[in-house]
Amino acid sequence: MYRYDSYDQAIVDARVEEFRDQTQRRLSGALTEDQFKPLRLMNGLYLQLHAYMLRVAIPYGTLSAKQMRKLGEIAGKYDKGYGHFTTRQNLQYNWIKLADAPDILAELATVEMHAIQTSGNCIRNISSDQYAGVSADEVADPRPWAELLRQWSSFHPEFTYLPRKFKIAVIASDDDRAAMRLHDIGLKLVEPDGVVGAEVYAGGGMGRTPMVAPLIRDFVAEDEIISYLEACLRVYNRYGRRDNKYKARIKILVHEIGVEEYRRQVEEEFAHMRELGLNPPTQELARIRTFFAAPAYESGLSDEIDRSNPAFALWVDRQVAAHKVPGYAIVNISLKPIDGIPGDASAEQIALAADLAEAYSFDELRVTHAQNLVLPHVKKADLYTIWQKLVAAGLAEANLDLITDIIACPGLDYCALANARSIPLAQKIAARFADAERQADLGELKLKISGCINACGHHHAGHIGILGVDRKGVENFQLLLGGSGAEDASLGQITGPGFSEDGVVDAIEKVTDIYLAERENGERFLDTYRRIGMKPFKEAIYG
Amino acid sequence: MVEFLSFRDGESAQEPAVTVESFTGQSNATAVRIEPGEDARELLPHLDRISLIEVNFPGFGDGRGYSAARIVREAGYTGELRAVGDVLVDQIVAMRRCGFDSFHPAKALDDAAVDRALNRYDDVYQKAIDGRVPIWAKRHPETQNG
Amino acid sequence: MKILTGNDLASGDVIWWAGDGWSRQVSDAADVGTHGDELARAEEAALRVVGAYVIDATLDEDGVRPAHIKDRIRAFGPTVRPDLVEQPTEADIGKWVI
Repeated sequence: MYRYDSYDQAIVDARVEEFRDQTQRRLSGALTEDQFKPLRLMNGLYLQLHAYMLRVAIPYGTLSAKQMRKLGEIAGKYDKGYGHFTTRQNLQYNWIKLADAPDILAELATVEMHAIQTSGNCIRNISSDQYAGVSADEVADPRPWAELLRQWSSFHPEFTYLPRKFKIAVIASDDDRAAMRLHDIGLKLVEPDGVVGAEVYAGGGMGRTPMVAPLIRDFVAEDEIISYLEACLRVYNRYGRRDNKYKARIKILVHEIGVEEYRRQVEEEFAHMRELGLNPPTQELARIRTFFAAPAYESGLSDEIDRSNPAFALWVDRQVAAHKVPGYAIVNISLKPIDGIPGDASAEQIALAADLAEAYSFDELRVTHAQNLVLPHVKKADLYTIWQKLVAAGLAEANLDLITDIIACPGLDYCALANARSIPLAQKIAARFADAERQADLGELKLKISGCINACGHHHAGHIGILGVDRKGVENFQLLLGGSGAEDASLGQITGPGFSEDGVVDAIEKVTDIYLAERENGERFLDTYRRIGMKPFKEAIYG
Repeated sequence: MVEFLSFRDGESAQEPAVTVESFTGQSNATAVRIEPGEDARELLPHLDRISLIEVNFPGFGDGRGYSAARIVREAGYTGELRAVGDVLVDQIVAMRRCGFDSFHPAKALDDAAVDRALNRYDDVYQKAIDGRVPIWAKRHPETQNG
Repeated sequence: MKILTGNDLASGDVIWWAGDGWSRQVSDAADVGTHGDELARAEEAALRVVGAYVIDATLDEDGVRPAHIKDRIRAFGPTVRPDLVEQPTEADIGKWVI
């Protein structure tokens, strides 16, 4: 875990006081809403349907038990007793009072957390792989790079009024668990000749014009990554479109001028910028890396798990992933109970997750872009105890990557931009497919729901995706098939005319029936779709 | 309230700034104004005869002027670099960091608020144009010898 | 009818113009006729509301019902958290929102 030094702490503390000052100016009338809005957004404070909403950054998805406990306390003290984990490793509080916001930020600062740049046309929270540091196949832990980028991007003087928001993800495994290529810039750490550097992808994103990011450079050394990114951002800041907010993301620039031309401009700028001394010395990344050293794992632990309790065995098979150290496991905690709200956790559940991390996971937690939690360093011998505690807290759903592990944005129940409600639909789908055997039989099936075209629910990247639209004041849902946010990234295709809420649940059932009838030896839903194409599904749905 | 703010020693340039197009087409002007979307690099061959570059911000949300400022400073321009237009107090610090050394906002700024903004943050994470030593360099003083 | 809604500046609560002040209950909403925009500007300037806007609504025996689902959800609260709703009612609330 990274720990702030006095420099980091001073910056976050100063930000709290700056926002306190801005908030007081707003409450006293010295600032109009038009003037205040960009200031509050730069600090993650939105005005949503029912109240102010505060989005707190969880940098690269890593949290200490103490930080998690604080998030739960804030949910209880300032909100209505819960929080919502988002698809970009942030936490949202839905019921914040403006006057309380500075105090909440001050409390967050006591545990080295903040809401800096969780909104606005700036570089947002840097996201990463929830298995960073514990998966066997990674080239290096991506989080030191992400922390280096967090610091570089915080209050960047040149890139705070970009054409549009800018999202960066860093991964280091061939398995992409962070939807890296659906980010404005994605970095994948590689080690071609014994030296770790980054492959750089640029121009991915979702929204109304989804794009999978192309590779723009196959290697950037660690001591040049900052100047290279400055070059990428400068080209975007100067030439990204500003005439239409829907065409302002970097993906449109890369698409319109072409990958080759974007790459050429970046290289030209990079040749200039690499000479300016913008890169921290390698000692700085080395310093950050020391904070992410492996915890003091015990050796000689058994890999045996007592599977005599069938419900526990089912949970282990579904929620537990391989850890690189013998005797240890990665535990995924589902925030997708069948009748729950995807990504929501009560203050008590958040506190329990903190307790579990403290007792069983070297004080550490992760949050995932799929809106679940992870205990990254659990002794296999402790799994049963943890499972029992999760069962008692309603957190033991065994559905990781199954059809009921639904990603859903807050939708029209909370969001001022939404056209349709995502959560009730997610609940209806989960109820329809609740049967554990049925889910297991369907296997990996990533279902993602967005309540509007902005695609916070990643519907383009769902094996099955759903987009809510407003049809003359009535909620309507379009169905998409064939998307993926993983290493085999692809964009889903719309099946055809949209459906009512119940209609789309029926359509999904027809789609899964076709899959079950057509699949061949161990194919996932996505594989079958890619092999047989849209037509049979379309016939089943509309035929 | 402050209508004009300068961090330069001595007088500010008074000559009216001309457009980039008319500047590059004539030889006697010494003050030029860059609009968003114009290429600051067009000025680079002429920097030694420029005493004032104005960068216009028609709306505070259009951040192209920050890049324009850095580009001319990175090329060695030492004359006055002035931000004009929709320049707000909450942006002065970032503009200073990008090399602006004078400000002529469309709406006057509150002096006290400017002071507070300029003194809010003791340290910065990035190397930019203003010569402030970034935090990473302070953390590793042994790497900063020349 | 035309009604005026927005959020309380300090608390963020959804509020409805009730004729002589703001209410948290949509059932108190008053017809603002053609004065909505003018009222909105005055109330925003007085720091009592943020993001005020005029909407269409109907009035029947069940009370005031905003025309658009988004405003009905604002009036009711998140439909997925009936434990948090702002407007207690005996009616079939699901139907009221949809």
